[in-house]
Amino acid sequence: MLYITQTALELGFLYALVPMALFLSYRVLDIADLTTDGCFVLGAAVSVVFTAAGHPFLGVIFAMIAGSLAGCITAFLQTHLGIPSILAGIITNTGLYTINLMVMGWSANVSLLKSETIFSKFKATGIGGGWNETILAAVITIIAGIILLLFLRTRIGLSVRATGDNMDMVRASSINPAFTITIGLMIANAMTGLSGAMVGQYQNTVDINGGTGIVVIGLACLIIGETVLGRRTIRKGVIAAIIGSIIYRIIYAIVLYTKIVPVQGLKLITAIVVALAIASPKIKEWIAFQRKKNAPKIKEEK
Amino acid sequence: MLNVKNISKTFNPGTVNEKTAIKNLSLKIEDGDFVTIIGSNGAGKSTLFNAVAGSFYVDEGSIELGGQDITYLEEYKRSRVIGRMFQDPLKGTAPSMSIEENLALAYLRTAEGMSPFSYISKKDKEFFREKLALLDMGLEDRMTQPVGLLSGGQRQALTLLMATLITPRLLLLDEHTAALDPGTAEKVLELTKRVVSENHITCMMITHNMKQALELGNRTFLMSDGNIVLDVKGQERDGLTVDDLLAKFKAGTGKDLDNDRILLST
Repeated sequence: MLYITQTALELGFLYALVPMALFLSYRVLDIADLTTDGCFVLGAAVSVVFTAAGHPFLGVIFAMIAGSLAGCITAFLQTHLGIPSILAGIITNTGLYTINLMVMGWSANVSLLKSETIFSKFKATGIGGGWNETILAAVITIIAGIILLLFLRTRIGLSVRATGDNMDMVRASSINPAFTITIGLMIANAMTGLSGAMVGQYQNTVDINGGTGIVVIGLACLIIGETVLGRRTIRKGVIAAIIGSIIYRIIYAIVLYTKIVPVQGLKLITAIVVALAIASPKIKEWIAFQRKKNAPKIKEEK
Repeated sequence: MLNVKNISKTFNPGTVNEKTAIKNLSLKIEDGDFVTIIGSNGAGKSTLFNAVAGSFYVDEGSIELGGQDITYLEEYKRSRVIGRMFQDPLKGTAPSMSIEENLALAYLRTAEGMSPFSYISKKDKEFFREKLALLDMGLEDRMTQPVGLLSGGQRQALTLLMATLITPRLLLLDEHTAALDPGTAEKVLELTKRVVSENHITCMMITHNMKQALELGNRTFLMSDGNIVLDVKGQERDGLTVDDLLAKFKAGTGKDLDNDRILLST
């Protein structure tokens, strides 16, 4: 049980930056950014390749830079070339497949044999004992979350939030929406890249298909977290991303351990949960309407 | 001040929906003018505002503001000097952000040279509080509440404050009280008058209320078919009644003023 909890916490923190990135793009900016899948692998690939060359820290930093560039391309496609935002993400995502292979030296996976990673270096310091990986992942994720919160309170952060909240107002108040969308997507994808970078070094490997479906899992995590915490403030949203990610990994670990459903079935379940959660306002409306329609009519006096 | 020369704008050119919204329109407004604009449905009143504010670029002609040619200046850059209010109270504010955050956004216009990573300071908050108190709606005690909780009138008053927080060179009011109940509309209008006169803002206001159009400001435009058909000011305007105006309109265009809302409110 302890083992399950520890694994779940570890993976929960490692992957939490993906729902946090989606919180920024999907909730704050109101853009469904599908760059996520490819961007996650990009982060992992850059990070693993740098680590193999003996630079695990530089790997993490360049993974974030690479991620933000991917976000910049998606933003450019929609703000300057008029491509609908969902399609822009898919286009970047498709292109990234080739880029990722290129980063990985044209092979479908790269493994680290005996290279030092940020995790092995942190373990060597002796901090945290058996929990060292969990602690490192938690610290990085929480710091990223705090930086995001601080950013969203700055003048430029306010402009980014307003862009997703009321585009009409933004245009009328001297903010360039193309600029704020670009900044927002760059930060979101830098976080996705950071998550990929950590996961790559944690697993000592990167696979070209390692990011498939991660955007839906990320959304599931965010929705789970928001269901637990409620979604009103920015701070709650960021915390919800982390909590949701951990809860999702606990569920995942339980499924893996007890085999209630086959592990291969988990993605289908995730997809259904996300679809239902996003559809819930519509479903509620439909139920209320049916009730009203079928309500027993008051009998007229004869 | 504002100098519009021969502008034209056609929407959906070359299609069945082609519509020439303004044709060869010219106007010149002096510093401190308060112009009221009335006109038929589809006369091009809002299109004129959109052209001046930069929601689209005009097909022909040029627009100058304060001596600077702004014909091809982007909308967000123009909005540093042009304040705008729409009929829909939901358009002017960000609902999920707090009152003070909305004001901070409006305050961004002055932020040139200020770091984009700076926060709303205590001084800013004090300034916002003072300004909010002037609205006399108790908003100064609700600064951290999301704007989505406010009523339409409160939101519109807040939008007015935001549009004039940094005194704009030009203020464009597009029937900004039309969606409010009569009492609130009256209040927002009073506020508008006060803010405009206190800060000597050059202002253009579209209205469907002809009495209001004659009472407010120092100049009135009548628009029809994408152009200004009547421009009354000075002595000619003093003592003019609604009936005179309707007669002038008919004399000028050869037809009756057909704006359902105007007819209902006169």
